[in-house]
Amino acid sequence: MKSATTVRVVFVFLLILGFGGVWQLQRRIDRERSAASVEADDLMLRSPWMLKRLSLEYAPLMGAIYWTRAVQYYGEKHRLHQSDLALLWPLLDIATTLDPQILPAYRFGSIFLGEKPPGGAGEPDRAIELLNRGIQANPDAWRLYQDLGNLYYFDLHDYPKAAAAFEEGSKNPKSYIWMKVMAAKIAAQGESPETSYFLWKQVYETATDLSIKKNAEEHLVLMQAELEMKSINQLADQFEKQTGHRATRMSELVDAGLLKSVPRDPNGYPYVLGEGGKAEFNLNSPLLEKSLLLNR
Amino acid sequence: MPPPAIEIENLSKEYPYGFLNLKKRRSLESLTMQVDSGEIFGFLGPNGAGKSTTIKLLMRLIFPTSGTARILGKPIDDVSMHQSIGYLPEQPYFYDYLTAAELLDYFARFHNLTAVDRRERIEKLLKKVGLETARKIQLRKYSKGMLQRVGLAQAILHDPQVVVLDEPMSGLDPLGRREVRDIILELKKQGRTVLFSTHILFDAEMLCDRVGVIVGGKLRGTGTPGEMVGMQSHGMEILFELAGPGQTFPLLEKATKTGERYRVQTPESELYARLEELRGANARILSVVQIKPTLEEFFMNLVERDRAQATAVEVSGR
Amino acid sequence: MRNVWTVATNTFREAVRDRVLYNLVFFALLMIGAAILVGQISIGIEESVIISLGLAAISIIGIFIAVFIGVGLVSKEMDKRTLYALLAKPVERWQFLVGKFAGLAMTLTVNTAAMTVGLYLALLTVKHPLDGSDWQLLLAVYLILLKLALIVALAMLFSCFTSPFLAILFTVGIYVAGLFAAELRTMQAVNLTPSTMRAFRAVSYVLPNFENFNVMGMVAHSRPVPPGLVWQATAYAVLYGALVLAGAALIFSRRNLK
Repeated sequence: MKSATTVRVVFVFLLILGFGGVWQLQRRIDRERSAASVEADDLMLRSPWMLKRLSLEYAPLMGAIYWTRAVQYYGEKHRLHQSDLALLWPLLDIATTLDPQILPAYRFGSIFLGEKPPGGAGEPDRAIELLNRGIQANPDAWRLYQDLGNLYYFDLHDYPKAAAAFEEGSKNPKSYIWMKVMAAKIAAQGESPETSYFLWKQVYETATDLSIKKNAEEHLVLMQAELEMKSINQLADQFEKQTGHRATRMSELVDAGLLKSVPRDPNGYPYVLGEGGKAEFNLNSPLLEKSLLLNR
Repeated sequence: MPPPAIEIENLSKEYPYGFLNLKKRRSLESLTMQVDSGEIFGFLGPNGAGKSTTIKLLMRLIFPTSGTARILGKPIDDVSMHQSIGYLPEQPYFYDYLTAAELLDYFARFHNLTAVDRRERIEKLLKKVGLETARKIQLRKYSKGMLQRVGLAQAILHDPQVVVLDEPMSGLDPLGRREVRDIILELKKQGRTVLFSTHILFDAEMLCDRVGVIVGGKLRGTGTPGEMVGMQSHGMEILFELAGPGQTFPLLEKATKTGERYRVQTPESELYARLEELRGANARILSVVQIKPTLEEFFMNLVERDRAQATAVEVSGR
Repeated sequence: MRNVWTVATNTFREAVRDRVLYNLVFFALLMIGAAILVGQISIGIEESVIISLGLAAISIIGIFIAVFIGVGLVSKEMDKRTLYALLAKPVERWQFLVGKFAGLAMTLTVNTAAMTVGLYLALLTVKHPLDGSDWQLLLAVYLILLKLALIVALAMLFSCFTSPFLAILFTVGIYVAGLFAAELRTMQAVNLTPSTMRAFRAVSYVLPNFENFNVMGMVAHSRPVPPGLVWQATAYAVLYGALVLAGAALIFSRRNLK
């Protein structure tokens, strides 16, 4: 005969089983949905103006939330090796409209909006807009001028404007002296490998965001390789002068005593001499692909 | 001769109701009444007659449409006069998160009593209303009767000159009612004035020096209970039992039967004739009492008449 | 005046014995705890997020308490008729009203203080020691308290002449409208006539300008709060609040209780 307690125990047990069923079912549903979804991400409300109104007094909080979403969005896309960063600008736009004082957002935006895919969204004009907004709201943040200068220099190749940005930022007494130096150098020489390397080094050393740091590191590595290839080319020219013909293999340079051993790129792969006797990446080196992407 | 404790002159109250509050309902019409100092005055009437309305008007819980009133010679909108008034609302409800002692202490503070004074009086009063053992229990756990007692306690805590009680007996068992009656009588002995409303007419008859009867928002009369019902006797009532079954006689037909007992009414002049009749039938006489008119009958008649009048008005279309 | 204090302390006692209050404060502390988590996933702005979220929690919970309990202050007493015995005492109706207001204001101050302590503890998890700029947090909390007091006054005003449900609706409505008052003043639109714009301006001055009490953004980014702002906001709250309470007292003093 079943007592009241037994019935209760059985009932509780059934409840637990039932919930286990719900759990499993949910997992199956998740799998179905992720398989079926084409566009998993979307922004429900796009209008920064509307969102600012809806946030009542709590706009800075909402801004912080959207900024966090932007970082997550980029990280996720990067992890899945997807290059479509269509939502990056809207998210950053909203975040900085809600709270124009989220300084990390401007730096993040300037780098990842300006850079070409897959590293960035390839929207340097948006990035300029973002940075100008940031500068207007935070006139004391000289680093934003640094970001602006970097943007003009690397993504838009507009050296006069780049120099002007560094110049403007250097006027802030809190800025570092190299801002003024860079302003002059870029105004005089435009692009140069030393300048590029230096600018990326600045970003790398002050980066707290992992994505930014990694991105800067990649650029630095490529730049380092570029510098190395430049010196190899100089040696190759010397070889041509000495022997009268262009070397076709790196070993030739080694044999001629110009190199101690076949130099390797920062990833450890030996450089090769390509067409026209110029240094090139080894076919196996991942840096080859990266440099191709960046230099499109 | 001290001035009247409560004077009411042409007090009226109208309530708007209906769509856009265009219609008006008269809950009190031109009430003129007086309560003398030191008397117990009973305010009688059926539900909705206007007793509570009158009392709430006196306490300034609602505001009159017209008319004035004075308590202890001062107009009713004089708040300082409330130092000398005690009030027990109808179906009282108090802050249920407080204990009885805390509630009394809270109210006592408005009367500027010192802390020592407050403590003493609260002790005394809780004992008087029989709530001493429940003093530390939160009011949310109190029964209706207990709340009624707390209500009474807070009404007399500050030793007011005039005590106004709205249905003080409601929710009390017979023992409780007796205690309240005793308290009211004690107040009178101390020279206080008591105005209370009730529809327990028995209590009114027992306690009141004077009563006022209000029906349908209008005062129908004031006077001593005796005055109200008139002093005439309505005859005698005989209670008897039959000697054995199967008897019939003319008187029996007029009698009402309850179990084995019979009651019959007879005018005083015919009393002995009836008794002879019963003796002839060998009936056993149990009691002979004088039928006194009660306030209840007077009351019922009044209400009936009022209702008939209202129906007549309706029928006649005026 | 003593009567006001008597009513105020009793109102405070009621709030202390009401368990709902504890749940709300607990919830706020939960939100502040969550702020720590959120801070960890927000890159570069942990401190700012904790302060933003913490102040938002204090503000929102405070508004909840101010509206719901504020409306109940008068309407509960009228509904439950606890008021009847009280008004028969030598106490004026306005003293009752002001006393109730003061009691809830005291309650809000204590609750807010408790939540602020929680906020500082949360802040300590990402930044220690605290420096001078972190004391500005107290200014932000103080201004929030002023805002809450004003909301209580408005809630009481509405509950004096409408049902509790409508009073809640109106109070929340005025709060939201009041936040946009400044914008209403400067609204520019092509299709608005000058007289309409003047009307908008007038309305914007009548509405309680709740943005006056909002320094959450400033404090979250450690920007200094100008002291003039604090004084003016205080004066505004005192003046506007007094007017609202006076209006409530006026209405309540002629109200027929059922």
